[in-house]
Amino acid sequence: MSDTEKLRDDLKTVAYYPGCALEGSGHAYNRSTKSIGKKLGLKLVEIENWNCCGAMEVKNIDPEIQNFLSVRNMSIAKHRMGLDVVMAPCNGCYHNLKKAEHDVTHREETRKTLKKLSQKSGLPEYQAGDVETIHALDWIKHAIGEENIAKRVKKSLSGLKIANYYGCMYTRPRHIFPEKDQGNGSESTTKPHFMDDLLRAAGAEIIEFPLKTACCGGAHTLSDCDTSTRLVLNILQTAEACGADVIATECPTCHSGLEMHQIRAEETLNVKTRPVMLYFTQLLGLAFGISTRKLGIHENVSQSLRLLRNKGLA
Amino acid sequence: MTDFAEIEQCIEALKHNPAAVPEPAEHVLALAEQILENWLFAHELKPTNEKREGFRLLALHRQGARNDPSFNACRDTCRELIYQINLYRLNEDRSKIVLSAMVAMHLLLFIRGKLESQELGEFCCSSKALRTQQSSH
Repeated sequence: MSDTEKLRDDLKTVAYYPGCALEGSGHAYNRSTKSIGKKLGLKLVEIENWNCCGAMEVKNIDPEIQNFLSVRNMSIAKHRMGLDVVMAPCNGCYHNLKKAEHDVTHREETRKTLKKLSQKSGLPEYQAGDVETIHALDWIKHAIGEENIAKRVKKSLSGLKIANYYGCMYTRPRHIFPEKDQGNGSESTTKPHFMDDLLRAAGAEIIEFPLKTACCGGAHTLSDCDTSTRLVLNILQTAEACGADVIATECPTCHSGLEMHQIRAEETLNVKTRPVMLYFTQLLGLAFGISTRKLGIHENVSQSLRLLRNKGLA
Repeated sequence: MTDFAEIEQCIEALKHNPAAVPEPAEHVLALAEQILENWLFAHELKPTNEKREGFRLLALHRQGARNDPSFNACRDTCRELIYQINLYRLNEDRSKIVLSAMVAMHLLLFIRGKLESQELGEFCCSSKALRTQQSSH
């Protein structure tokens, strides 16, 4: 094990907060996350009766209601299920739970409002630090690590050129992620690398991709669809210019945005781009020898099977 | 104020033929600065000539982000552009100019979109609350 790779036993069993998207458009992410967890001997215990984290919309209308929606899930994990770590694979959910944690820690007004709402709802009051919220990338990185991933690879991803797209909410705004930017072994908010580390360990060739945290206009797909399409097209063209076969994703909103606007760019702007989109969990699953069906690859809009067959991965 | 369409044309030209421009790094930086200047002019601000960390682009971004946290969504784009320029200056690899032009295009699309639709950026990673005064819960 390297100096920077200190594995955590407490992540072997975590509270799983899939969020709404993973039961809909991001279902393949849900399937592949559960599949690789099972393969790696990691236990996901879904939060009982979980609710929406407030997504983007509630936060902007009333941040304290959004905080309560997020904290309710964290409180159930801690006080009703006895779990200390909540894992959220969706960037939006992860971001909102981290923001709620930040506000509970630093804002008296938030604590007062949450106390009142908790009393009304009969939920045990959440205290700062009751749980630790992590992303699926943190989970695999810190529970398994690169060296153990390399040991478990059955079909190397070698020959697959991957651009990793982290999107915006995994790293921004940085003040809600105090564990990031802490030197060796920690994630970076400006140059995130956990997905690079994990997929490289599975044999992939990770290419330098300058738009890995750029805005995809995801939240404006309905209100300003043309801007979203142009933003995504630029991301796809940049990945292609860097030589990528695949754009790996770790957020259901980013993933569907890239898939849908790739098609829309072709139809409305007559610009075709080559990269296919796969969740990082699907790529790791392929490397571990899990079938494409169990990983939900047939559920993706982006057609990657031909490429995967050519590379001997499907 | 330089028209966005004109800046876009220059970025496209640079992407497709970086060798046609004598000083491409300075050119792409100037285009990116013009994008941020447009944001500042639209908000009735006079663009600064100051530099941060040796780059006017970063000072312009800082100026634009003052009192508008949602503008921070393009902070990393500005820094990435400068990173690509620095890589180009190390060994004059023209592919870095192409990448920096693509990053500049991202900046243009984001800021033009934000100027067209006031709320673009409000529902994203760096958003601010539309309602900060709390009523009764």
